[in-house]
Amino acid sequence: MIDHTVKSFDVELELLGRHISEMGGIAEKMLADAMDALAGLNAVLAQQVVAADARLDALQRLVEEETVAIIAKRQPVAVDLREIIGALRISNELERVGDLAKNISKRAAKIAGEGRIPRAVGGLKSMHDLAVVQLNDVLDAYAQRDADRAKAVWLRDVELDALEDSVFRELLTHMMEDPRNITFCTHLLFCSKNLERVGDHTTNIAETVYYIRTGKALPTERPRGVASAVTP
Amino acid sequence: MNESIPHDRVQETAHPLAPEGLAAPELPALPEKMSVRDLDFFYGDSRALKKVCVPLFDRKVTAFIGPSGCGKSTLLRVLNRMYDLYPGQHAEGQVLLDGENVLDPKLDLNALRARVGMVFQKPTPFPMTIYENIAFGVRLYEKIGKADMDERVEKALRGAAIWDEVKDKLNASGLSLSGGQQQRLCIARTVAIQPEVILFDEPCSALDPISTAKVEELIDELRQEYTIAIVTHNMQQAVRVSQYTAFMYLGEMVEFGETSQMFQAPKESRTQDYITGRFG
Repeated sequence: MIDHTVKSFDVELELLGRHISEMGGIAEKMLADAMDALAGLNAVLAQQVVAADARLDALQRLVEEETVAIIAKRQPVAVDLREIIGALRISNELERVGDLAKNISKRAAKIAGEGRIPRAVGGLKSMHDLAVVQLNDVLDAYAQRDADRAKAVWLRDVELDALEDSVFRELLTHMMEDPRNITFCTHLLFCSKNLERVGDHTTNIAETVYYIRTGKALPTERPRGVASAVTP
Repeated sequence: MNESIPHDRVQETAHPLAPEGLAAPELPALPEKMSVRDLDFFYGDSRALKKVCVPLFDRKVTAFIGPSGCGKSTLLRVLNRMYDLYPGQHAEGQVLLDGENVLDPKLDLNALRARVGMVFQKPTPFPMTIYENIAFGVRLYEKIGKADMDERVEKALRGAAIWDEVKDKLNASGLSLSGGQQQRLCIARTVAIQPEVILFDEPCSALDPISTAKVEELIDELRQEYTIAIVTHNMQQAVRVSQYTAFMYLGEMVEFGETSQMFQAPKESRTQDYITGRFG
């Protein structure tokens, strides 16, 4: 796209994009570290994730201020307006991803001492790996303003939902086998829910990228997997 | 879909944010008060408009935007044959007003200009009293008594949202008013003739923000009764006051569509470049 006649407008937009990228990087790292903390029952790493969230929150506020300032100053329209509204939305989604990673870490710190059936974490690892690939993809789609790639991410979320169902069943089995597993597995259940929510925020980002690029909204309903009997 | 415009130049009426795959809600076809069809315009040998097609929907505001020299003011001047005042200028094609071609040389120009009024960039009050500024135009077209004229003047001044400011000084000179008031006086003068279409050629470019807001508010009220076309260089003004927007460039109609759609997701890259300030 050609530059604005007013160069400082381009500078502002570029800075906004850079802050979103930085947020994306932090959210990805937090998620990966949270999973490592959970898998390794590593309370120290978990603490680091919690600490990293502050920077993400600060960046979100910064993006909010920047978007408000640009709107007030430039009265953007068309693709510029979509860019700015998109940045605002994406920053909110990434901030939420950070919160979810932080929540996983807090639970990891809590159950680190228990160390019951570590193999129960295996299913969560698969969920996490998929969630990370999805988040990574959608951030690339944003960086390239690639609507097709964003839509592909959006469609693939159904796989994460399916994984959550199977993790739910697995954890339920462990709990039924031995009631002493209940506390440990309940924390893992919340973690799986958190990872599923990360997927939802990722699809929201995908919708926003699609909107920025095309000016159109994706359908309000995403395709769903087989209706789950267990999801509340 | 309107038949008077080539299909590829007309926006779908679907809401711009309608989710993909959903059928556009059926909107009732809007009646066209004026229809410009394949209009060419020449200043001598120079062609200023090229096969322009655009509708003016009944009781809607249509904004014309585009860089200087794109032909938007020229187009406005064709709509009420203002160009007839100048030798060497001529139009080809059709401009229909309720189905009647206003380019017809046999047409009564006075009658046309009574039906299609115009407000200019700079306020142009006559050097006479405020009352006479309104009554003068009315007298050209109608013979009415003093009481009726008083009523007509008051109605026009009220219609232009300036009555309260001038009701106690109707015998003061029109030139004694502020710029914003003068412009509203000119709008009152136009409204007093009881036209059907009002053309605004950058009506706020010489006004301060408060006067601008008043004129914009007024345009919004006037569309209850009149079909309005407005040429503006102020993009935000086009967004605020119009329901339809036409983007012109180098004498061509590049894109016409609902204002909300044009400013959120225009179809043409030239439109996007212009409205986002990426031109030239």
